[in-house]
Amino acid sequence: MYAQMVDTGTRVAGNELDAAEVRFQKRIDDGIRVEPQDWMPDRYRKTLIRQISQHAHSEIVGQLPEGNWITRAPSLKRKAILLAKVQDEAGHGLYLYSAAETLGISRDQMVDDLHSGKAKYSSIFNYPTLTWADVGAIGWLVDGSAIMNQIPLCRCSYGPYSRAMIRVCKEEAFHMRQGYDMLMSLCRGTPEQKQMAQDALNRWWWPSLMMFGPPDADSVHSEQSKQWKIKLFTNDELRQKMVDQTVPQAEYLGLTIPDADLKWNAERGHYDYGAIDWEEFYNVVKGNGPCNRERIATRKKAWDDGEWFREALVAHADKKSKSKLQAAA
Amino acid sequence: MSNKNDTYAYLLRLGDNALVLSQRLGEWCGKGPALEEDMALTNVALDLLGQARLWLSYAAELAGDGADEDSLAYLRDADQFRNVLLLEQPNGNYADTVVRQFFFDAWHALALQQLRVSQDPRIAEIADKALKEVNYHLRRSSDLVVRLGDGTEISRNRMQAAVDHLWPYSGEMFDADGVDLAAAAAGYGFDPSGLRTEWLAYVREVLEEGTLKLPSPEAWMQKGGKQGRHTEHLSRMLSEMQILQRSHPGATW
Amino acid sequence: MKSEWALWEIFIRSQHGLAHRHVGSLHAPDAEMAINNARDVYTRRNEGVSIWVVKSIDIAASSPDDKAPLFDPANSKVYRHPTFFPMPEEVKGL
Repeated sequence: MYAQMVDTGTRVAGNELDAAEVRFQKRIDDGIRVEPQDWMPDRYRKTLIRQISQHAHSEIVGQLPEGNWITRAPSLKRKAILLAKVQDEAGHGLYLYSAAETLGISRDQMVDDLHSGKAKYSSIFNYPTLTWADVGAIGWLVDGSAIMNQIPLCRCSYGPYSRAMIRVCKEEAFHMRQGYDMLMSLCRGTPEQKQMAQDALNRWWWPSLMMFGPPDADSVHSEQSKQWKIKLFTNDELRQKMVDQTVPQAEYLGLTIPDADLKWNAERGHYDYGAIDWEEFYNVVKGNGPCNRERIATRKKAWDDGEWFREALVAHADKKSKSKLQAAA
Repeated sequence: MSNKNDTYAYLLRLGDNALVLSQRLGEWCGKGPALEEDMALTNVALDLLGQARLWLSYAAELAGDGADEDSLAYLRDADQFRNVLLLEQPNGNYADTVVRQFFFDAWHALALQQLRVSQDPRIAEIADKALKEVNYHLRRSSDLVVRLGDGTEISRNRMQAAVDHLWPYSGEMFDADGVDLAAAAAGYGFDPSGLRTEWLAYVREVLEEGTLKLPSPEAWMQKGGKQGRHTEHLSRMLSEMQILQRSHPGATW
Repeated sequence: MKSEWALWEIFIRSQHGLAHRHVGSLHAPDAEMAINNARDVYTRRNEGVSIWVVKSIDIAASSPDDKAPLFDPANSKVYRHPTFFPMPEEVKGL
């Protein structure tokens, strides 16, 4: 998802939990939220920092693919909606960074980690937005998937994270709908527009499924995260939910999902789907996606270009508080 | 009684100013110098875009012939746009963006105060709504001019360079032509030359607080945007903005 | 020079009569800008009529270790709650 393959730290095999950790786990099992000043195992803290900052980075980098079309939005109404949406993502990044900051890491440090490549963000945002329909596809598929993951996270064990998620979910309710609405217009439009929508689905479908992360069998950290209640469903569970939800939506649009193996399985009560190209996924995560370098370069440039601005405001505030002190003396 | 063509031309200026500046600000979205600033600037972009839609929708109604806000925004060529040259200038570094905004906000607030009492109730209504937003824009951009002017050595230099660079585009906002005078005479608009003294006094005060120098008010001023003679930047901006509407004629989005 | 903007806690009063509520945090170089930023970050959907900002480092908080001594005693004061006093149903206005 927005936080893929988060390392939960290695635990020495056979090492017993100490008494504090047992008490901690008991509180989580009892549904008591962990708050910033509470004692927590170091691994819990570090895992959360990784997960929340990855989530925040995904929001911030996630502004770029859609932002690519703000200046070219084909109507003033669509332009306003897209601006508001991309702005919301900045807000979500901000809420999430704040949640991570309660764990004792600064936002500047997290930003540095993103720029240096030390921190990851969701693989999905390393794909390009080639046409206007891609903006719709992101809203429909990517935000649709994100909501699926974020709604359960509103109940996660860490208080500030769960509160940030509640705010995000409240605001995000319109994101998926605007994407689908945009695709509805295209699918009811000219043959070229419909083709644009189909092409977007063709390119975004598989990356959207990969976005949930590797299959459960290969997810070494999932078990621990589940125990800590910072991950509430497994990758495969969420992926299946997304497929089941999306197939009828695609049918309504009259679009074809690019998977020959996709079919309803009455026995399971779910859709079966074809094999995912995990080699592509791991390569995108490693930095070999079509836009990895460009996305980070864009973020880094914005940050570097803004340095004088941020510093000047600090310098001015310092001057002002000094002169206030002098006046008071 | 007002002439419909004059009112239409007048509304285009108001709408195009808001649209063109909003389009420029939209280029920053996701790339601002700090997260909080990014969000604040996008709010300004959204306000202006909303205002543009109101002005252009009204203009389209007067034009009749099936025009709407989108046909006016997307299907006119650069020489049919009536925004002032200042607003189509590129974003530059953030200092350029702040100063461009400040010059315009200071004028915009004064202009909307005039339009709020327009004889045309529709214009008065739009101006009243817009003024609430623009008062905040002006407060914000003035604050940033002071802070960045009186910040670091680097920030002061950048701000002064931006002020000097954009200054020759500031005069056009006060340049009254036939369309303005017709609007003033009929009572739905105002004579912009009457705003210059107040604008100058305000701008001087804010720049001084920010330790910045006001360029000479007598300097040569560029003009032509209000009559459709633009700088090279506008057609490039429009070719990007209009591409989908132009390459898919008649499509609905 | 590399100085991060300070972290501020934001409190918003949503409508007249209700208390300010903590909504989140943000970064700003001083209080005035923290208020402006809060307006742009936390009231985009018409959420507020009043904003308080407090520097995060200025907040003093009770320690989790004090939870028992601070809050347990209140558990035994059931008579402070109206439900402690059963009232006859036929009597109105209580």
